[in-house]
Amino acid sequence: MKDQNYVKAEGESANRRLMGLSVAAALLLFLLVTRLWYLQIIESADLMDLSESNRLRFVPIAASRGAILDRNGKILVGNTPSFSLAVIPQDVKDKDLLIAKLSNDLSLDRQELLAKWEKGKGRAKYYPIMLAAGISRDQLEFLEENRLQLPGIDIEMKPVREYPNGPMAAHLLGHLGEISENELDRPEFKEYNPGDYTGKSGIERNWEPELHGNDGGRQIEVDARGRFLRSISETVPTVGNSLILTIDADLQRVAEESFGDKAGAAVVMDVNSGEILSFVSNPGFDPALFAGKMPPSKWNEYLEDIRHPLENKALKGQYPPGSTFKIVTALAGLEQGIIDANTTFDCKGSYVVGNSRFKCWEKKGHGTVNLKRALRESCDVYFYQVGEKLGINRIAACAREFGLGKPLGIGLENEKGGMIPTLEWKEKKYGNKWYRGDTVSASIGQGYVLATPIQLASMISSLANGGTIYRPYLVKRVMAPDGKVLKEFLPQIKKKMAFRNDNFRLVKEGLLAVVNEPHGTGGAARLYEVKVAGKTGTSQVVKIRSKRGDIPYKYRDHALFVAFAPYDRPEVAVAVVVEHGEHGGSAAAPIVGRILRQYFEGKGVIKKPVRRDYTPEEGEGNQAPATEESDKPQGVVIPDAGPRP
Amino acid sequence: MIDRRLFTNFDWTLCWLVALIAVIGVFNIYSASASYKMIGTPFFIKQIYWFTSGLFLSLIVCSIDYHILEDIAYWIYGALLVLLILVLAVGKTSMGATRWLHLGFFSVQPSEPMKIVIIAVFARFFSNRSLPQGVGLRELAYPFLLLGGPVLLIMKQPDLGTAILVILIVCSMVFYVGVRWTTLVSVFLAAIPAVYLGWHNFLREYQKERILNFLNPDRDPLGSGYHIIQSKIAVGSGGIMGKGFLNGTQSHLRFLPEQHTDFAFSVFAEEWGFIGSLFVLLLYLLLILWGLNIAGRCNDRFGSLLAVGVTAMLFWHILINMGMVIGLFPVVGVPLPFFSYGGTSMITSMVGVSILLNISMRRFMF
Repeated sequence: MKDQNYVKAEGESANRRLMGLSVAAALLLFLLVTRLWYLQIIESADLMDLSESNRLRFVPIAASRGAILDRNGKILVGNTPSFSLAVIPQDVKDKDLLIAKLSNDLSLDRQELLAKWEKGKGRAKYYPIMLAAGISRDQLEFLEENRLQLPGIDIEMKPVREYPNGPMAAHLLGHLGEISENELDRPEFKEYNPGDYTGKSGIERNWEPELHGNDGGRQIEVDARGRFLRSISETVPTVGNSLILTIDADLQRVAEESFGDKAGAAVVMDVNSGEILSFVSNPGFDPALFAGKMPPSKWNEYLEDIRHPLENKALKGQYPPGSTFKIVTALAGLEQGIIDANTTFDCKGSYVVGNSRFKCWEKKGHGTVNLKRALRESCDVYFYQVGEKLGINRIAACAREFGLGKPLGIGLENEKGGMIPTLEWKEKKYGNKWYRGDTVSASIGQGYVLATPIQLASMISSLANGGTIYRPYLVKRVMAPDGKVLKEFLPQIKKKMAFRNDNFRLVKEGLLAVVNEPHGTGGAARLYEVKVAGKTGTSQVVKIRSKRGDIPYKYRDHALFVAFAPYDRPEVAVAVVVEHGEHGGSAAAPIVGRILRQYFEGKGVIKKPVRRDYTPEEGEGNQAPATEESDKPQGVVIPDAGPRP
Repeated sequence: MIDRRLFTNFDWTLCWLVALIAVIGVFNIYSASASYKMIGTPFFIKQIYWFTSGLFLSLIVCSIDYHILEDIAYWIYGALLVLLILVLAVGKTSMGATRWLHLGFFSVQPSEPMKIVIIAVFARFFSNRSLPQGVGLRELAYPFLLLGGPVLLIMKQPDLGTAILVILIVCSMVFYVGVRWTTLVSVFLAAIPAVYLGWHNFLREYQKERILNFLNPDRDPLGSGYHIIQSKIAVGSGGIMGKGFLNGTQSHLRFLPEQHTDFAFSVFAEEWGFIGSLFVLLLYLLLILWGLNIAGRCNDRFGSLLAVGVTAMLFWHILINMGMVIGLFPVVGVPLPFFSYGGTSMITSMVGVSILLNISMRRFMF
């Protein structure tokens, strides 16, 4: 230090202290050197051993997902152990030999094994690559016996989903699938690893955080062959929480069975709480195939089936509600003072608006009809006129009051909202005017009007309970693995409808007649023990149609039926849509009848063995002239395209 | 205007020393993150960005006389204190600690600049006082308050690592100013009841738990203890010559979740062995001695104290990080300057270096 500086001016003491700091720093860093010496030279051989031959590994232990149970505690989705074959690349001596051996002795596909190997290669060399999931007991035995000859293989036990009822309620429960790259990047999946399974649809998807649980892990020491030596530490996985659904498994089964091989959806709702008792989308699919091996043939079968088994029809199917929508038109007419119980209209079999002729399903015409008869016999002309007097916006307002036109919030993904058209909507969407004919179509639930089965169930339920709209819900309780109730879900009122009780009563009386009086279109839903009220609907898929019988499946009309029971103290509401089932009275009403029968049998209201000589298909025979009424299409609208001749 | 002498006196030794360490660091980050499944810009590229922008920034800062710090130190100190309080009030919590403050368009972590500002504040405080007999208890009362505020706030976040670093830095500076033996002994005696009281009255249950884990990693074998075991194996298995660049098996198996940040040195030690580790350690030692040398050659008391403070900051980071990596100290999130991946650490370290460069090239200017 040749220059004059502050330290000198201060005296030698500061300089000494600086020296002291330098020495202290050097000494402390020298401490690091001695430690490095100790680790890298004295202990090196041992630590190298640890790193080379005696390896420490972290083995994740997958947590079991929580079970899904029905309202009575019956298992809908459980877990079962599944064994899978993995390899640890760093322990494999000869990759080709190993793959050849595995494909020969276990009859696994060589190409598939190679593909899986390539896919997993990018990761750390100690990280197991999954080669075959869900191996059989024989394969497992073979692997255990020949482990020493197959260095690098690893057998993993994982809990997988088990579906004791097969495809039952598959759309509702949902399926699992391997987590995708996209999902891995999202914050809610930050605890997940590649290869983990997550819920992809239904309850499994929407309740993933509750169901998933927390994976545990074990730090183990293994030898050069990858054999387990000892466990160093372990964190136990926590099982996911269980869900108790509002679904009744027995009712669900009967509801699905009553569809037979027909496509469609059914929603059964508790009128006084909004609990969903059954949630059917038929045909179903096997959710187990999605989490395991889906044979390509099966996949194609699902895709090619014209009944679209993979589609959740109860949640996402949007159908013209057809004559079931007359409930809305009727209430709107009553509320607005357009009609009362005694107002009559004349039905001559068709009704002319502008240049178009709108037909009634009854070509001969119903004659003079009042509200009750119009509902009972589903007279289209009556409602054309009510609708026309109301105008579309007043019908739409009433429909929205029922909660139609937007999703109800059942808590499943991509719930559809249906469609309630208005003047403004059409102008905005299509840029052309709303025609009187559009109103006429809408008044019987055709044209632009669309609703989902859940909405229809909610609609009939709100009518039944006198105007309360509950939020439909599927999960009653969330339970910890030890049985402690973590969350309890109670009925939630979305809205109280501002309609007069008398008007509800008038419409309900009409619906009682539909099922129980002669000429009613819904006799097939009748029960002798309990008074059922309901409304049929047949909704057009295409406008122009040829004679019955030679219509291709996909152009046939949808059959609908909405109902509630018992009439005097409503408990349960049902909405059934049979896709391309043609007539509400003959295709949908019998299904509703069977569902309600099962419901009341479960309640003990109807005794099981008592069947009398009753079969739902023919039940209406003695009182309701089925051949004349319910076998025929209701609400068929055939607006002529051109000017009227 | 810029004096021509500034260029002739530019401290190339310091500049090259830091650059050499940073380049080794970038290569090491490349190796450490080689096994990662990466999305976006690789870590080593980002590290190059940060280093070059840090270097550029520090060269610009060099052209401003560091004495300006003497004037504004207290103001910045005050501002940062307010930010630290804001962090506790409205800061963003991540991984159990609240350290970040979001100011709409960007986020700050006030405890990082606080390290440097504390150094400036203390340099100014001690530079105004002539203490031929060394610091006594009375002279320490005011600095104690100056230090206490930020330390308590940082501990509350809780960021015990940074709090301890700040204390160590200030202690180093006080030592340089000179301390009486009696003062040392009484501070030590006072610390015992203070720690006792703090433990029982100030810390919450989970904080105590955290400190106990911090002192004894075996309490949490799957957490920090696991890292220490794996890091020791990585370092030790490197042996004398190391396994070679990109050939570290232990570290590439991703036993260390933070191997490119806080545990970067363990990857290096595995691949380059005792020889390589010694070399890096030597570079750091040179850096520290050079920093103290700058302090010794400086013409004014403020600059000299500033240089000691900055050097102490670098030193304690180095010691604590390396000590943690080789299992001498418990795991605490302290990065290795210029070596660990991370923008915050790089910027703080580079600002420190720019202050050293600044002092160094103005040593003839009086």
